[in-house]
Amino acid sequence: MSLRSPLGRARGLGSAKSGTQHWWAQRLTAIALVPLVIWFVIAMVAATGSDYASARAFIGSPVTAVLLILLIAATFHHAQLGLQVVIEDYVHTKSAEIALLLAVKGAAIVLAVAAIFAVLSIAFGGA
Amino acid sequence: MATDNRPLSPHLQVYKPQLTSMLSILHRLTGVALAIGTLMLVWWLIAAATGPEAYDAAQSFIGSIIGRLLLLGWTFALFYHLANGIRHLAWDTGLGFELATAYTTGWLVVIAAIVLTLASWLGGYAALGG
Repeated sequence: MSLRSPLGRARGLGSAKSGTQHWWAQRLTAIALVPLVIWFVIAMVAATGSDYASARAFIGSPVTAVLLILLIAATFHHAQLGLQVVIEDYVHTKSAEIALLLAVKGAAIVLAVAAIFAVLSIAFGGA
Repeated sequence: MATDNRPLSPHLQVYKPQLTSMLSILHRLTGVALAIGTLMLVWWLIAAATGPEAYDAAQSFIGSIIGRLLLLGWTFALFYHLANGIRHLAWDTGLGFELATAYTTGWLVVIAAIVLTLASWLGGYAALGG
């Protein structure tokens, strides 16, 4: 007889306290990144060596700006999910592990917001 | 609880390197490298948002020998991680686990990554010349 509550068994989260959300989010962002990355490489190859004005015209055009923002969001979400697993696998000192996880997740948010802000400020014609 | 001084079981050095295991660790290595590579993209976008001097500084670094080598490495890492990531997604659906298939798709991923890297760099130099 199981001592676990019916709700606990239904959730199936066990001692790890989380379910398949991490694995699933990594796959969803991976699927989203397949077309986004293919577009990104083609766009960046075409933009190779752009001067300031043409780079801004490229980044700020509506289609590019939207795709860049989607790419940035999916990339940093996917990257921090992946780095989290790497840290959990290789860093065995709990304090260092928590510190690294916080640093990686914080850096992902800061970099993503900075990059998205840069795209928006170019798209809306800021300085 | 002491978790950092436990006895360890035999590790990687006892295993013969195989294509499948090498490609597996390369997926992780390229993932970490790409996470670091996002810094270049973020720098380039912020520089373009900041002004002509910042943009020229970013462009001249990217165009330098070191910048180009980094970009070449990141291009390969991106295509490798993309192609092998699709291989992983196929595995997630239960496809391609037979040993022969795993080797075939492994070599396909390596060839695809090299060919796509070369193609995009030829395209980039063509864009520079045109």
